[in-house]
Amino acid sequence: MAPSTSSAITLNINGEKYTLPVDHRTTLLDALRERLDLTGTKKGCDQGQCGACTVLIDGRRALSCLQLAVAAEGRAITTIEGVADGERLHPVQRAFLELDGYQCGYCTPGQICSALGMLAEHADGWPSAVTADVRPEAEPPPLSAEEIRERMSGNLCRCGAYVQIAQAVARAAESPLGETEERVA
Amino acid sequence: MSATTDSTTMTKAVGSAHTRVEGVAKVTGTARYAAEVPHPELAHGWLVLSTIARGRIRSVEDAPVLGMPGVLAVLHHGNAPRLDGTYTTPFGPPDRGLQLLQDERVPFVGRPVALVVAETPEQAREAAEALVVRYDEEPHDVAFFADRPGMYTPEGAEQGKGDVAAELAASAVVVDARYSTPEEHHSAMEPHAATARWDGGRLDVIDSNQGSRWVADELAKLFSLDPDAVRVRSEHVGGGFGSKATRPHVVLAVMAATVLRRPVRVVLTRRQMFSLVGYRSPTEQRVRLGADPDGRLRALDHQAECLTSTVHEFIERSADFGRPLYDADAHHTVTRVVALDVPTPTWMRAPGEAPGSFALESALDELAEKCGIDPIALRLRNEPAVGPLSGLPFSGRNLRGCFEEGARRFGWADRDARPGVRREGRWLLGTGTAAAAFPTLSAPSTAAVTAEADGTFTVRVTAMDIGTGARTALTLVAADALEVPPDRIRMRIGDSEFGSAIIAGGSMGTRSWSWAIIAAARELRDRLVPGAAVPPEGITVRSDTSAAVGALPDMERHTFGAQFAEVAVDVTSGEVRVRRMLGIFAAGRIVNPLTARGQFIGGMTWGLSMALHEEAIRDQASGGHVGADLAGYHFSAHADIPAIEADWLDDPDPHDPIGIKGIGEIGVVGAAAAIANAVWHATGVRHRTLPIRPDRVLTAGAGGHA
Repeated sequence: MAPSTSSAITLNINGEKYTLPVDHRTTLLDALRERLDLTGTKKGCDQGQCGACTVLIDGRRALSCLQLAVAAEGRAITTIEGVADGERLHPVQRAFLELDGYQCGYCTPGQICSALGMLAEHADGWPSAVTADVRPEAEPPPLSAEEIRERMSGNLCRCGAYVQIAQAVARAAESPLGETEERVA
Repeated sequence: MSATTDSTTMTKAVGSAHTRVEGVAKVTGTARYAAEVPHPELAHGWLVLSTIARGRIRSVEDAPVLGMPGVLAVLHHGNAPRLDGTYTTPFGPPDRGLQLLQDERVPFVGRPVALVVAETPEQAREAAEALVVRYDEEPHDVAFFADRPGMYTPEGAEQGKGDVAAELAASAVVVDARYSTPEEHHSAMEPHAATARWDGGRLDVIDSNQGSRWVADELAKLFSLDPDAVRVRSEHVGGGFGSKATRPHVVLAVMAATVLRRPVRVVLTRRQMFSLVGYRSPTEQRVRLGADPDGRLRALDHQAECLTSTVHEFIERSADFGRPLYDADAHHTVTRVVALDVPTPTWMRAPGEAPGSFALESALDELAEKCGIDPIALRLRNEPAVGPLSGLPFSGRNLRGCFEEGARRFGWADRDARPGVRREGRWLLGTGTAAAAFPTLSAPSTAAVTAEADGTFTVRVTAMDIGTGARTALTLVAADALEVPPDRIRMRIGDSEFGSAIIAGGSMGTRSWSWAIIAAARELRDRLVPGAAVPPEGITVRSDTSAAVGALPDMERHTFGAQFAEVAVDVTSGEVRVRRMLGIFAAGRIVNPLTARGQFIGGMTWGLSMALHEEAIRDQASGGHVGADLAGYHFSAHADIPAIEADWLDDPDPHDPIGIKGIGEIGVVGAAAAIANAVWHATGVRHRTLPIRPDRVLTAGAGGHA
């Protein structure tokens, strides 16, 4: 008898349990979009290069296009649909809205989920490629524009809203960058 | 404010910052794009693309694939419904690339040769990848290089006055330089997607495009349907930049829905986008400038070359850029083209102006160096009083104001003009500038405005918001025209049923749609009787701006801008980092400063990306791309983008009802040249080939030319 190519799995998404049969080839991204009608998570490249499909798995950033749905069982998955508190926007969402940190909106859910994961990584003391002091005992570096840009670089935006996205992330992080726009002149 | 603007401009929505009306939907993930509208009984189509660059399909071996799980159909040239190809479009002859699965010819790598339809995306993809297609291959030609055989001059692509050779001979200073730009791709974040279904006798399509009415009309023509029997909707569109016209995915989705009589969705993969949705042609350009010692131009000669496919002619009109910009005693501009075995290029944000401005504005900088005068002074010395070739007056031209304001804010006066003299450790620093100009166009559109019984107003217009902020801008325009707050306006867009309207393109959408909305709103306001109740069905007024737009006086209409950039060049790695950019624009009345800033900065970000990063590589042996994905084709990421600032001068258009011009593309223009000029200032080396890659910087050598 040929081995089965599908299974019933249970996914924990935004605090709710969803049980569904899936083809074993189904990515977490396709399970969200095609099976569960959670279309806020976007498919930009389907090969881990653009970041539009970023979700949080157990609080950490993950590319849902590179994750099989069957491998996500038992993990806490947060998608863009689970970021706001009911009608109340999360501060990161509010900052994107108010500072126009987007244009077409297609990369936006990934940018926002990535920002949430990034802020947690920073708070936990994770260094980035531009962090000067990477000793384990070092304090988290100030969340400068350079740090934000480096840490958000896995999320592409073709409209070219990077300047406003970085400002929105800074505002949400209560970094001075969000309030006093960097001046070029 | 101009004489023709009236009291409508005196209320306050237009000109004040307003967050996007669909903003909450976009930041919460509830905004649905074309592939995200659910349908019962939905089937999924997956494209199979040609793997040869030229030849004929010998066989499509569909029998084994038809037996695979879930497979519903394999459409190919042997069984696909016939399409009409004899129609015309508002933009000329139809793109024969839309004659899909109609014959066995293969004109380029990546041409659709079959569509596999199955119950699930996984099944469709597996079957599509398993489908064997055999070809009779023929030798192909994809080699694009300067002055290659087969170049021809299309009609209307050459203009001039005076004797270029004589004026060059009489010039004290001459620049004669060649510039190259590579093939570039739009790479909208949302891949093209369409869902098609028959609803009774009507075709209902959800598609990602830049003109729902345009796509609906073209589908009707292709499938020989009554135009009223086709509806195309595009509520949210994840970027377009010129690539989201009628494209193969929507034609094939309709074909499959027609054959199967059930809803079919076709979504392009990122890799498929590289051959199916257009791109910017590579260019080879030669610029010759001749000037008196004080920089006054005697000769301006810009000869550009580009490629097209054997399927459809598209011209990247790079040489047009200089026509309105600088006067010269002898003035000659021409764009030539060669047809190769490649996909058809298309409009891509600032088509013509983006590569053309790189060449001409770099050449101006070279001339400034040779004349020993400031690059801004050189440009202002050659300001024309009227169109250099047309002799027509300008509807407005404040390039001088842009340069003066930009120079003041950027700190240009403190600049040491000598190249290669500023250094910080391993970084060489430099600054550069360039001019920008882009045509101001408008096109006939229709709109309907309804006064509802509850005191709100519903506006229906087949406008598109591909990220430009058009939905919000139009809301503000309607609010002012109706003299009500913006929250009383319900803006309905992106539905072909709302009537004929221009596409989101050519930087003319918001201007053209606003015009139609204002016309309908004014008449509605006149019709509403103060104090009288509005009937339950509301009161609707429709407008059509064909006559008004057609009556515009013949003038030189453009937006202008001044671009500034500061770069740091790593002498050890050759990496170029842009440290800051400033753009000052004279681009008509700004409707929504919040989103307009995004348009300008987004355009400048494109310019940076073009200057330093973007380059699609075509393999000469296979005829296809190398690395056709977002790793192989790098456009700027967060870490590449520094502080970029954009601002504007008060510059209302005198002939638009509220002074709008158009801002979607001007931000790209000149930005790459400003960066290239800054790299010269930092290093003393001219880079005339884009992108300015680290290897090019390292191998260029000091004091030479790249």
